[in-house]
Amino acid sequence: MIETALIVETVVKAIIALAVIAGMAGFATFIERKVLAFMQRRLGPMHVGPYGLLQLAADGIKLFTKEDIIPQNVVKPIFMIAPVIAAASAFVAIAAVPYFPEFTVFGYTIHPIISDINVGLLFIMGAASVGMYAPLLAGLSSHNKWSLLGGARAVIQLLSFEVVSGLSILGPVMMIGSLSLINMNDYQIGGVANWLIWKQPLAFVLFAIAGFAETNRTPFDLIEFEAEIVSGYATEYSGMRWGLFFIGEYANMITISVLVSIIFLGGYNDIWIIPGAIAMLIKVSLWIFLFLWVRAAWPHVRPDQLMWVCWKVLMPLALINVLITGIVLV
Amino acid sequence: MFEAIAFYMFSILVIGMFLIVVFSKNALYSMSALAGGMIFISGFFFLLDADFLGVVQIIVYTGAIMAVYAFGMMFFDTTRDVKENIRFKKIIYTLSTLSAIFVIFILLAPVYSGKIEALYPSIQGVGNIQMIGLILFTKYLVPFELAAIMLLAAMISGIVLVKIKMEETPTDIEVAKGEK
Repeated sequence: MIETALIVETVVKAIIALAVIAGMAGFATFIERKVLAFMQRRLGPMHVGPYGLLQLAADGIKLFTKEDIIPQNVVKPIFMIAPVIAAASAFVAIAAVPYFPEFTVFGYTIHPIISDINVGLLFIMGAASVGMYAPLLAGLSSHNKWSLLGGARAVIQLLSFEVVSGLSILGPVMMIGSLSLINMNDYQIGGVANWLIWKQPLAFVLFAIAGFAETNRTPFDLIEFEAEIVSGYATEYSGMRWGLFFIGEYANMITISVLVSIIFLGGYNDIWIIPGAIAMLIKVSLWIFLFLWVRAAWPHVRPDQLMWVCWKVLMPLALINVLITGIVLV
Repeated sequence: MFEAIAFYMFSILVIGMFLIVVFSKNALYSMSALAGGMIFISGFFFLLDADFLGVVQIIVYTGAIMAVYAFGMMFFDTTRDVKENIRFKKIIYTLSTLSAIFVIFILLAPVYSGKIEALYPSIQGVGNIQMIGLILFTKYLVPFELAAIMLLAAMISGIVLVKIKMEETPTDIEVAKGEK
């Protein structure tokens, strides 16, 4: 009986998380267009619905009803499965993310995390590393040189920054002594002064930069940069398959924002009079806004500059951070 | 019951994936199936409550197979079938079948005779990572440190090998060639 209840609860949680994150990812595309428009002194989408708000629905209808074109010379099964990997790995990663403090409804305590496994942080990074296969497979199977170049860039970029994000996260993990995100949150109970960002500022900056690179956001959006390689790995895609790549990217952005908020910015603990859940929403929204702000403000870097900054600057800094943390802890 | 269902599902998936790896003539199919199979193996670790090992399996093998993809990208046109040139089919099939059966016997012999027992039985109430740490830093300390030194040596030699041209960009090298 208890097992059945657990399964029902998990399924309900999974469906809610999937629906909410997919909806938020869709909404983020609208917000992105609006924010970018305002920063460039435009209005953005205005025609569909009040203030252009229904543009989202119009785009959704367009994506869903478009013909599913599969070019002639592609490797069909791989070409078809690549976007599914992008979306699925992004959504698998959210299974181990705690979003809010636990709350009670009708005397039944709900933990807003789908599966509290002991190694939550590692699991999320593992799922994200599986997500690398999506652009790679898309690029290799498309039978298109732009796609192949995009796929090759995806491998070097994501593989390199995996190292930086892994090493930068080691400092906080050493201090807390656990890989569970709930323990990380509980470590920072008691106001802004206890946030981990004050004890690990370098790790915070490194993790944020690596987060931008792993979600291919603008300073590091080489793998689909229009002026150089058309649309990179997604050149041959259209309709819903392209939409799945898109949803995966935005879901990854949300996951990275939640991770930064939990590990460095105090998680879902109450701040002063703001309850934890609201604080969490504010932090995640601010991070999403930062993603868009950077996209509006900065040009992108060249591939060799990206590799240079990753291996010659960020990685040594991350190693030094681990070393200092170790010395201080001992 | 759920564990049994999950076990059989993962077994079928893993075996199916590795069959594709061996029998497919397209390099892209083989590599993708290899990646899929390696990730499905982590399901067994999760079923046995070894979360840490399961996640490490995913992270390590996705990275490792990514390197195989890089080679595939360089050596093959991945959208075409590879022409295989096998001359002694009978010998290859007999040898591979025999060696597979041998491996199964070697692995199953201790299980069948019932003489298998854990040298370091799992401790109740101690986490996954802590247990692995305990064993790594007591019983297997020397092999662990040796492996670390070997990896360090490999890394340094790798850097030294590429170091020669590291400060010059490809354009610099082309310009230098043009001058000569």
